[in-house]
Amino acid sequence: MNEWLPKLPLDEWTEAFVDFLQTNFKGLFQLISNLIGSIVDFFVMIFSSVPALVLILIIAGIAWYTSRWTIALFTLAGLLLIENLGYWDATVQTIALVITSILITFIIGVPLGIWMSQSDKLKNVLTPILDFMQTMPAFVYLIPSILFFGIGMVPGVIASVVFAMPPTIRLTNLGIRQVPEDLVEASTAFGATTGQKLIKVQLPLATPTIMAGVNQSIMLALSMVVIASLVGAPGLGADVYRAVSQIRVGVGFEAGLAIVILAIILDRITQNLGKQKNH
Amino acid sequence: MSDPEPIIKVENVTKIFGRNPKQGLKLLKSGKTKQEILQETGLTVGVNKASFEVYPGEIFVIMGLSGSGKSTLVRLLNRLIEPTDGNIYIDGQDVVKMKKEELREVRRKKMSMVFQRFALFPHRTVLENAAYGLEVQGVKKAERLKKAQESLKLVGLEGYENSYPSELSGGMQQRVGLARALTNAPDVLLMDEAFSALDPLIRKDMQDELIELQQKMEKTIIFITHDLDEALKLGDRIALMKDGEIVQIGTPEEIMIHPADDYVERFVEDIDISKVLTAQHVMIRPETLTFDRGPRVALQMMRASGVSSLYLVDKQHRLVGAVTAQAASDAIKQNASLESVMIKDLPTVTPDTLIIDMYDKMSSHPLPLPVIDEQNKLKGIIVNGTVIAALAGNESVINGNGVQQS
Repeated sequence: MNEWLPKLPLDEWTEAFVDFLQTNFKGLFQLISNLIGSIVDFFVMIFSSVPALVLILIIAGIAWYTSRWTIALFTLAGLLLIENLGYWDATVQTIALVITSILITFIIGVPLGIWMSQSDKLKNVLTPILDFMQTMPAFVYLIPSILFFGIGMVPGVIASVVFAMPPTIRLTNLGIRQVPEDLVEASTAFGATTGQKLIKVQLPLATPTIMAGVNQSIMLALSMVVIASLVGAPGLGADVYRAVSQIRVGVGFEAGLAIVILAIILDRITQNLGKQKNH
Repeated sequence: MSDPEPIIKVENVTKIFGRNPKQGLKLLKSGKTKQEILQETGLTVGVNKASFEVYPGEIFVIMGLSGSGKSTLVRLLNRLIEPTDGNIYIDGQDVVKMKKEELREVRRKKMSMVFQRFALFPHRTVLENAAYGLEVQGVKKAERLKKAQESLKLVGLEGYENSYPSELSGGMQQRVGLARALTNAPDVLLMDEAFSALDPLIRKDMQDELIELQQKMEKTIIFITHDLDEALKLGDRIALMKDGEIVQIGTPEEIMIHPADDYVERFVEDIDISKVLTAQHVMIRPETLTFDRGPRVALQMMRASGVSSLYLVDKQHRLVGAVTAQAASDAIKQNASLESVMIKDLPTVTPDTLIIDMYDKMSSHPLPLPVIDEQNKLKGIIVNGTVIAALAGNESVINGNGVQQS
């Protein structure tokens, strides 16, 4: 093949593009970096300021409020186990990372999903981009993340956001588009504006679907925890990474189990949040 | 129907679905049919040059089979579907030319819609559903809930304010739909197959209640249906649609008695005509005599006109009784007055009594049924032969347009 067509310098182009961004948008990246950094720090600070036992009880309380008591019991036992194994600080950092990622995902993803539901053009543009975001191996996001945001928590959050955002956008769009046509028509017939239709009819009815998207995003963000540790993000992922590089099965299992417990708790709580709203 | 200003005036409204409706419009104007346009261009003519007027306080029924364009037509009126061509005036303003904001005002204040599948908001209570139209207008909460409450009361749903639509039966859900439309106090109600999804008994109740409600509130109603019985029952006038065209507009009687073409005729042939024709359609002129005349005059009249009975009236032509030839000749023999031998307690009907409601009285009495108006004045009589001829479809015996002939 190389005989008749020299290799396209796609790699060089990509690097040139990243270089361009790096030199011209340095200030912006610095700003974003500071912002995300302080959000994560804020969450870590809050979670660390209360004793582990109190925080565990609070989370179990939330689980009890949103779900069945069995989930609450599991939450209590699971978190106590993590504490007992000595992974509490790492867990707090992981929770802060996931919550920050999800916050950003939600703030960007839901409005984008709403916009996408209103415009077929935007939908046609966004769909392949979302496919790209989801299928591109997550590791690849780490490289430009380091270049733009250095190492540590921030590039981890950025990579998680990029990887976790698509389900929120997709399901927000889907949820709004799935609202029965006749209800939207009725709303129009009574003289509702586009905004009124959205707020009074479409969004309330789409909430369960949107929450399912957020739930998916949370799971994806959690799955990024280990990958994010490659760029120096602290937390449970870092423990797993260290265990792998040192081939310590026991530590690897403990840290891995902690991630699984966290995943189950977050999944059940957010799943039931979506259902509660649904009448 | 004589000349009040129409509240809605529709002129040559056309809707063509597809990529290039303008092309279809040109073809349509050059006289091509719906089928030809579909074959040539792939465009679907939804509504083809529909024109009609609706007057205040009228129930105007648009009837047609599925695919006839009736649901499209009603959506063109409030521009849920954009018309391709034509004008729609409401209170003299052209809806088609309106800007977004003006159109919204019309939807909010002038026209409310009731939907076939109710289209209630499942996440809102019955009361919140009924208040939706006012909520969208920015009316304060206390006020809109009060108005919503009133319209729920109107449709008989007091006590269900805090239920959710899914907890109600179909008939009750459509009452909510009706209440939601009434809360806005619109001039015109657009009802798109509003009762078609209900089962027959509830449907009948709803029809009766709608008529009652309409008489109370004097709303103008545009009612879409595929059911001829419903159209005949509700409609002051009916527009019949076929393939996007209005093929006939008229009162129920006009459509039944003088169908404009084969299509309409086929449509109406299965209908029990006794539910449409009234006494004034089939009554004939009675032989009458003022009651203070003698029995000899009566007998002479009967002989002269070849009948065996005679109706007696007073000077104001009010019905007093009837006398048979037998009774008159008895009176002559006994030298009695006509008054003493006449039959007084005759069963009577009014001009707008349906034939189906006359059978009982017709069979219970040997004499032809007298038709009287509110002042007891004798308008005509019902002879069995005419009724049977009318039911058999013999148009020559039917009095035109229900206009009084005597």
